[in-house]
Amino acid sequence: MRSYFKPSVFVLSTIPFFLITYKIFFNKLGPEPVKEITHFTGEWTLIFICLTLSMSPLKRFTNFIFWIKIRRMLGLFVFFYATLHLLTYVVIDYRFDWQQIADDVIKKKYIFIGFAAWVLLIPLVLTSSQKMIIALKQNWKKLHKLIYVIAIFGSLHYIWLSKTIFFKPMVYFVIISFLLILRVNFKGIFNK
Amino acid sequence: MKRFKYSEVTPEKIYNNRRTFIKNLGLAAGSTLVGSNLFTSADASTSKEELKLTDYRYVTTYNNYYEFGTGKSDPVERSQKFKTNPWDIVIDGEVENPITLSMEEITEMFPSEERIYKLRCVEGWSMIIPWLGFPLNKILKKVSPTSKAKFVKFISVLDPEQMIGQRFPILDWPYKEGLRIDEAMHDLTILVTGLYGKKLPNQNGSPLRLMVPWKYGFKSSKALVNIKLVEKMPTSSWMKASPNEYGFYSNVNPRVDHPRWSQATERVIGGGIISPRIPTTMFNGYGDEVASLYTGMDLKKYF
Repeated sequence: MRSYFKPSVFVLSTIPFFLITYKIFFNKLGPEPVKEITHFTGEWTLIFICLTLSMSPLKRFTNFIFWIKIRRMLGLFVFFYATLHLLTYVVIDYRFDWQQIADDVIKKKYIFIGFAAWVLLIPLVLTSSQKMIIALKQNWKKLHKLIYVIAIFGSLHYIWLSKTIFFKPMVYFVIISFLLILRVNFKGIFNK
Repeated sequence: MKRFKYSEVTPEKIYNNRRTFIKNLGLAAGSTLVGSNLFTSADASTSKEELKLTDYRYVTTYNNYYEFGTGKSDPVERSQKFKTNPWDIVIDGEVENPITLSMEEITEMFPSEERIYKLRCVEGWSMIIPWLGFPLNKILKKVSPTSKAKFVKFISVLDPEQMIGQRFPILDWPYKEGLRIDEAMHDLTILVTGLYGKKLPNQNGSPLRLMVPWKYGFKSSKALVNIKLVEKMPTSSWMKASPNEYGFYSNVNPRVDHPRWSQATERVIGGGIISPRIPTTMFNGYGDEVASLYTGMDLKKYF
């Protein structure tokens, strides 16, 4: 039974990808298709960030180790959807108009922070293998704390691109803040 | 004079007979009314797709109307039961003859005509919509503004019972907007009573909304209950929400970016996944008609 768990999570995680592919091929994207793809892949990136961040608290509260076993895969799906999101912007929306894209990345803070979040994901992906965990030893843990920064950047990216924080950008901000607060060692603070 | 009536021509037909459409359009509104810039010079620089009316279903299902929620489909889903009858509009402030008019009186006194305008949203998309309406100046002349009337303030309805968005502090409710008096008196500025030859759907701002085609869409307030002539520049709801992002003028201007988003290009609604962004034009293509209103003004400062 246990051996089916990981493959099922993998299959479930690909559903959004197949859903958007279906929508593209069957023209179900509505009035603003490019924006729809951008928002869809962006939102699923945020959802996978939240899922990834939920795994170690879940392990703490339930004492089941399998949460940790699927954490890496969920983290890789963050990169997968973030890359689709970035490609939508570069290829479909701006059609490799590098001038305009460079302009946006430098001048528009939500693009800058979103792009920065994607760049920060790269070292995490490159060091995600078992080999790298062993090779990096204690540094691996430090390096992978970058996901906290990425989560904050992702949330800010959504808030800054929206006309108002109501309601979805606020929902993700609250969830991500909550998941990060769970990690603060309050005992440690009070014992000082 | 041959008039272009929407009921005579479907969008598909228009698309197939683009030249006739453009010709009719010119005849219908006169070259000075509908941005001649937009429709005659457009094919040189931009795609033909731009000349197509936006599908009725997109015009009526893809809306920004935060009184009913911040999602694009919220307005159509949540506004169908909204009561627009009876409805009174007060026109007062710095005027000789303040007046309260019912919607019936308004439709009787001011016959609507068709105006095909491009709507450019600050979010970077645009639609081409056949509105039904009449120039705002007709109603303003009726009340005789005094010499103190320098600006016009537009106040939309406040009804949190019926408008779920107003139960949250998304914006400073009721929705407020404003125009300078010469902008308000301009012939292109209309009060809208319908679109596509039909009564204005609730999600588009029924029963009466503003349409100022050379400004970003949020300037065109929906569900108006009060038009007030004032001496001082009014503060709009968006200016109050974010003063460094939303200026009083909010003219469409590809050279002045919103602090967070570029305004250089726009997406045409209904264009599909393969249609490219098109360059945004100064004053949304109505520069020939309205640029003179801003002579000598630094439009980067007065954004």
